[in-house]
Amino acid sequence: MKPSPFTYHAPATPAELADLLGTLEDARVIAGGQSLMPMMNFRFVQPAHLIDLNTVQGLDYVERRGDVLEIGAATRQRFLQRSGEIAQSMPILQEALSHVGHRQTRARGTIGGSLCHFDPSAELVNMAALHDATLTLTSAAGDREVSFAEFGVGYLTTSVQPEEFLSAVRLAVWPRHHGHGFEEFAFRHGDFAICAVSCLMTLDPGGTIERLAIAVSGVTETPVRLTQWEADLRGARPDAETAAALASAAAGIEAMSDAYVSAAYRTHLARVLTRRAFLKAAERAKEKASA
Amino acid sequence: MTDTRTLSITVNGTQYTREIETRRTLADFLRLDLKLTGTHLGCEHGVCGACTVRVEGQAVRSCLMLAVQANGKSVATVEGLARDGNLSPLQNQFWEHHGLQCGFCTPGVLMTMEEFLEENPNPTEADVRDALSGNICRCTGYQSIVDAVLATAAQARGE
Repeated sequence: MKPSPFTYHAPATPAELADLLGTLEDARVIAGGQSLMPMMNFRFVQPAHLIDLNTVQGLDYVERRGDVLEIGAATRQRFLQRSGEIAQSMPILQEALSHVGHRQTRARGTIGGSLCHFDPSAELVNMAALHDATLTLTSAAGDREVSFAEFGVGYLTTSVQPEEFLSAVRLAVWPRHHGHGFEEFAFRHGDFAICAVSCLMTLDPGGTIERLAIAVSGVTETPVRLTQWEADLRGARPDAETAAALASAAAGIEAMSDAYVSAAYRTHLARVLTRRAFLKAAERAKEKASA
Repeated sequence: MTDTRTLSITVNGTQYTREIETRRTLADFLRLDLKLTGTHLGCEHGVCGACTVRVEGQAVRSCLMLAVQANGKSVATVEGLARDGNLSPLQNQFWEHHGLQCGFCTPGVLMTMEEFLEENPNPTEADVRDALSGNICRCTGYQSIVDAVLATAAQARGE
């Protein structure tokens, strides 16, 4: 239950970090360490080199740029949870963060670390899917931008190359009058969700759906956006009937199963949580429209 | 070849400088190098919360942090709570309310709740339970821990 030996590196700048990643073999970057340290303690992961992101300057910030919220990859989850900017422009992110681990893990855990770990049911991975995230991957050769779809490859796997690191995440900010719903089921609060569903919605003046986004995670190896339904439901009423149709669509996602949770149960949760998240988002969107 | 670094750290107000292996966790450094065995190790993978200490004031899991990452930082452990042989107000309320039985989880619970109470001087029971979610106790059930924390807050408010 102790990490195997490695050589520790503490770069001070992103350029130094990129140089190390470009030259060292078998190197891992450690951010908050809340997933990597357990894996190292168990010796599931035994890197020859460990490069500490915590000593790198300039990767820890939240900046609003028009309709985009840019977050430095090493920004702590606790900081995000307490950010006034996020409370205003992206309340669902704060709600989701309250389900991420516990206060002790949020004090260290970072948004970039969570995304790079890419657990299928991680709340922050769901948030990236929901907000059409674009991610900046940096190497000695420069930056490249990837969409969330390009970033996530599969179970615990991303398209970040050995010589690259995630430096920033950009999330699309929705108009102020949007409503949001976030629902998850976990065995204990703070555990990874078995299933989590998030929903954003705006209504047009007639009270029908103007814009909709739904992300379902925990059911498959990467979060699923109900893209076709999001488009087809424009102009629909945000009522129980629409919610039921959407819930059936979520239940149609082919679910994975493991030793603890069957595919049938995940499917059941996807259906129930989708309906709840949709109706919650509709309720909030209506409140904002009438305010 | 062993990878080592010189670590300079303040623990409970005392400055230490030690040559350490870089793979040493903060928890093991406290227990094995400084002999501060009040910080307990339960699971060593970030689930149980027994190893919680405060780094620069923030409650963190010391099994999920390398000692070298605490270089130049100030750390507080359970050994720093009592002053001149007197229990801290929170420790006292744990005693009064039977907030511990075997005591294994207690150091982590205390360090978490010290931070929580500084940030939330007027917590509800639900707030306390939420803040306690990262600490596992297998003896008392959580009721007496919650009682002790609420009593400490009430005492600090002069009630």
